[in-house]
Amino acid sequence: MYREMVRIRHYEGRILQEYHADKTPAWDIGAGLIPGEMHLSAGQEPAAVGVCAHLRKGDAITAPHRPHHFALAHGVDMKAMTAEIYGRTSGLCQGKGGHMHLFDPENHFSCSGIIGQGYPVACGQAMAFKRRGTDHVAVAVAGEGAANQGAFHESLNLAAVWNLPVVFVIEDNDWAISVPRSHSTANTSNADRAAGYGMPGVRVENNDPDAIHEAAGAAIERARAGEGPSLLEIHTVRLWGHFEGDAQAYRGAELETLDERDPIPAYAARLIEAGDLTDDQVEQIKAEADAEVDAAVQFALGSPIPTADDALLHVFA
Amino acid sequence: MTTTETPQTADGTRRITTAKAMAEAIALEMRANPEVFVMGEDVGAYGGIFGSTTDLFAEFGADRVIDTPISETAFIGAGIGAAVEGMRPVVELMFIDFYGVCMDQITNHMAKIHYESGGAVNVPMVLMSATGAGYSDAAQHSQSLWGTFAHLPGIKVVAPSNPYDAKGLMASAIRDDNPVLYLFHKGAQGLVWMAKNPRSIAHVPEEAYTVPIGEAAVAREGSDVSIVTLSLSVQHSLDVAEELEGEGISVEVIDLRSLVPLDTETVLSSVAKTGKLLVVDEDYKSYGMTGEIAAIVAETDPTMLSKPMKRLAVPDVPIPYARTMEYGILPTRDKIAAAVRELAS
Ligand SMILES: Cc1ncc(C[n+]2csc(CCOP(=O)(O)OP(=O)(O)O)c2C)c(N)n1
Repeated sequence: MYREMVRIRHYEGRILQEYHADKTPAWDIGAGLIPGEMHLSAGQEPAAVGVCAHLRKGDAITAPHRPHHFALAHGVDMKAMTAEIYGRTSGLCQGKGGHMHLFDPENHFSCSGIIGQGYPVACGQAMAFKRRGTDHVAVAVAGEGAANQGAFHESLNLAAVWNLPVVFVIEDNDWAISVPRSHSTANTSNADRAAGYGMPGVRVENNDPDAIHEAAGAAIERARAGEGPSLLEIHTVRLWGHFEGDAQAYRGAELETLDERDPIPAYAARLIEAGDLTDDQVEQIKAEADAEVDAAVQFALGSPIPTADDALLHVFA
Repeated sequence: MTTTETPQTADGTRRITTAKAMAEAIALEMRANPEVFVMGEDVGAYGGIFGSTTDLFAEFGADRVIDTPISETAFIGAGIGAAVEGMRPVVELMFIDFYGVCMDQITNHMAKIHYESGGAVNVPMVLMSATGAGYSDAAQHSQSLWGTFAHLPGIKVVAPSNPYDAKGLMASAIRDDNPVLYLFHKGAQGLVWMAKNPRSIAHVPEEAYTVPIGEAAVAREGSDVSIVTLSLSVQHSLDVAEELEGEGISVEVIDLRSLVPLDTETVLSSVAKTGKLLVVDEDYKSYGMTGEIAAIVAETDPTMLSKPMKRLAVPDVPIPYARTMEYGILPTRDKIAAAVRELAS
């Protein structure tokens, strides 16, 4: 899991750098090799690795507007994903989707930029798995802000009443853009909401990869065994802005505490102390991640740019 | 991200962005009428993702500038409820593309309550929302969709192209006893973090004034070809008109400003004068504004046209992400200029 967390962070770090690299002299969101909005996942890696460690080929994920960590942890090809983020023809979606709309049918992975709308789709994928008699599961991921969207509540009820193999994962990073959780949600734990729909709910504190891994394992096993849906809320941290370019003035003094809350050094320290990781391995894992990410960026840069007429393709099958 | 520029010209003429002009109109109405309040996502301290509520939170506080949960059905519906009780809420739906999660409140409630009640109940609310493409925000964050709402009876629909109209239309929208959908183009807000046309920053009087809903503007007079359009495409069309003047083509630009009610008179008199019509729309082409304008001309007097008219709009595909494809389907200056040249030739 540590390796995967480092891989994801290196990826996000590189995208961050590349995204900002050519938006000068006047910062323009639409300029550069990677244009548009960019929501990065730094700090939230434990959720992705803890959950995806239990998933098999054929299990599905619906992710939200902040999708890269779950995509990578679920096995989406880094090169094809990067090419999509660069808007190239070799991208997952041939340049049509971009970073908020990644579709990888081979890995049953998708995401959506509309808050809360991945929940119903995950229910449908779970329905297909169940009707076909497989033991695959669908995982619906979204932020704590999304848990106030009608689709969330409708989906929880649907999954429970139909006993669908779905795990609802809520990444609580305390913020929905500039709105703190306390201003949007009266209930302090979404795990409590699960009971209202007749399913188990667990909240994991402290962004701890091992604790997330354990709780996710139980929920996914339950779904696989045909025992129905569950909800897992993970308290995590958004280390960077909501999107790139977000000055985050609304976070005030919290900004200074973020370094201490970075889950990766904390996890490395714990593994080293337990004798499960060495300093050499740390260096090697970093070097490998760097090389893989660099290869993905080079692949994207070397890929063709779509033509204007390509826009007219794919409206219908 | 919401910082907006307030440049001061040498003679003291105040020039502000479209975003700031919107916020200023809301502030003036809030000062004048305690029943006006604002709600939406990130409209508070953040000032609206596209600057539409800049500085309102500092002046009016959390009680009148309310950050909401991401529950559009609930808070747009709450706006309707407050309006039914006679308040004048200004509610922001962050992007018009998010209409899907709250459309029932908008179309079955906001739009129909007055009619269904036989005129007994008014819904004096403003629903403001960001529209438009051009910066690679892809299929779920780039649509215009004004045609969709204009099609549904019961909602006034406005879409300003510049700071002056933005302020005046907002004041009219808040004072109107009907629901008004106020669609502002992200690319015309004058945001510091998005490329912009200089037309997004302009002189705006400090005092309150209104621009009537339902009146188009002749943004530029001309005699050879009429361009009928709205929102950001007005800025593009004005640029094209200036450019083509050098080629001896005189272009008239009609800024519709409102789609509902639609000022057919201004459109028809322009077409009657030039005999040549180009309709430019950043919304989808089929079943939309361009077809509506064509139908009005055809119903009135098709012989007004000395040449078949032209339509330039998004060719019925979702907005793609990659820049080459996105600009391939948007009504760019080049495409507008080419269409005008053909009409003029
Ligand atoms: C239906 C809908 N409403 C609003 C938005 C705009 N929006 C994008 S991300 C976001 C905040 C999401 O917060 P959360 O779900 O907690 O996820 P996080 O960004 O913190 O990962 C909002 C309001 C949207 N994309 N879709």
